[in-house]
Amino acid sequence: MTKKQQKLVRLTACAALLCGVVPAAGAMHIMEGFLPPAMCILWGVIALPFLLAGYFSLKKAVARDRRAVTLIAMAGAFIFVISSLKIPSVTGSCSHMTGTGLGAILFGPSAVSILGVIVLLFQAILLAHGGLTTLGANTFSMAVAGPFAAFGIYRLCLRCKVNKKVSVFLVAALGDLVTYCVTSIQLAVAYPSETGGVSGSVLEFLGVFAPTQLPLAVLEGVLTVMIMMALEAYAQPELRAVGFEEAGA
Amino acid sequence: MTKKDRALMVALLLLCVVLIVTPVLALRGAEFGGSDDAGSEKVAEITGEDYEPWATPVFEQLLGGELPGELESLLFCVQTGVGVGVIAFFLGRFVERKKQETARGTQKEQ
Repeated sequence: MTKKQQKLVRLTACAALLCGVVPAAGAMHIMEGFLPPAMCILWGVIALPFLLAGYFSLKKAVARDRRAVTLIAMAGAFIFVISSLKIPSVTGSCSHMTGTGLGAILFGPSAVSILGVIVLLFQAILLAHGGLTTLGANTFSMAVAGPFAAFGIYRLCLRCKVNKKVSVFLVAALGDLVTYCVTSIQLAVAYPSETGGVSGSVLEFLGVFAPTQLPLAVLEGVLTVMIMMALEAYAQPELRAVGFEEAGA
Repeated sequence: MTKKDRALMVALLLLCVVLIVTPVLALRGAEFGGSDDAGSEKVAEITGEDYEPWATPVFEQLLGGELPGELESLLFCVQTGVGVGVIAFFLGRFVERKKQETARGTQKEQ
């Protein structure tokens, strides 16, 4: 192992520790009416600039090359599929994945926030899963924090010249975990525990969600690697159109 | 796609199946409820009382009650179906396109 590789291993280990052991993770979406109104507004306001940036960045990608539309549709569809599947996990309860890692790699993190919010709206309105009042908070965790973390990990992997498949796996899996960690923190801020305050509450929520989510994060990583392999084998022109190859991937 | 990639693809698919099936077999009789519900229970535990959500989902208001389970799974299937449809459609086009390109390439050589 080169020094850089060692550094990366250490970094990813720290990240894994942070996500998996110290604080665990949270419920996928915060349910309708489960956050105090002030917090709903606060998270909405925080998520808004990311959505705007996402809209502009999608517009720019399409203006640059119309073929980007195909990949945008596919990345969105991937989130649709992945987040509709409730998967059983080792804790005896079910949860689902986010699927935002793929889009973050292809178009950058802010563009994914638009794709993510479409899925969240669909689930909030039709499926009573998540909610309109908690849309801001859920958007922030699934469509902003997760993809941005994923993108950061991806750049790090690129710089350290990690094997492409391994980095796609890490990106998707860790991005998924980050989403759940952020959800836990959001819930904890709204419901600080009487004894431990906010941090005690974070631990409580992470305790519920982290063990459930860990195997699912691995699954999401594997699935993302598979779709990436298919795209690289058959969709080279489109990947070039969104500037994926230029990024040195 | 190279042979090696293809083998990896199959291996990854198998890994997915194993990941999903293992918990079901290992934890027989477990409920496999949603972790969102576990989350709300946690809220109740921390605050010490049942939390009354101050808003109900739009669709439930329209229906005047909870969405029946079968209909919920239908809507989830719609979501999956739309996604799979889009991915399969484009991927199918890509695969055919590549096939034709290679065919054209070999024709030229002859």
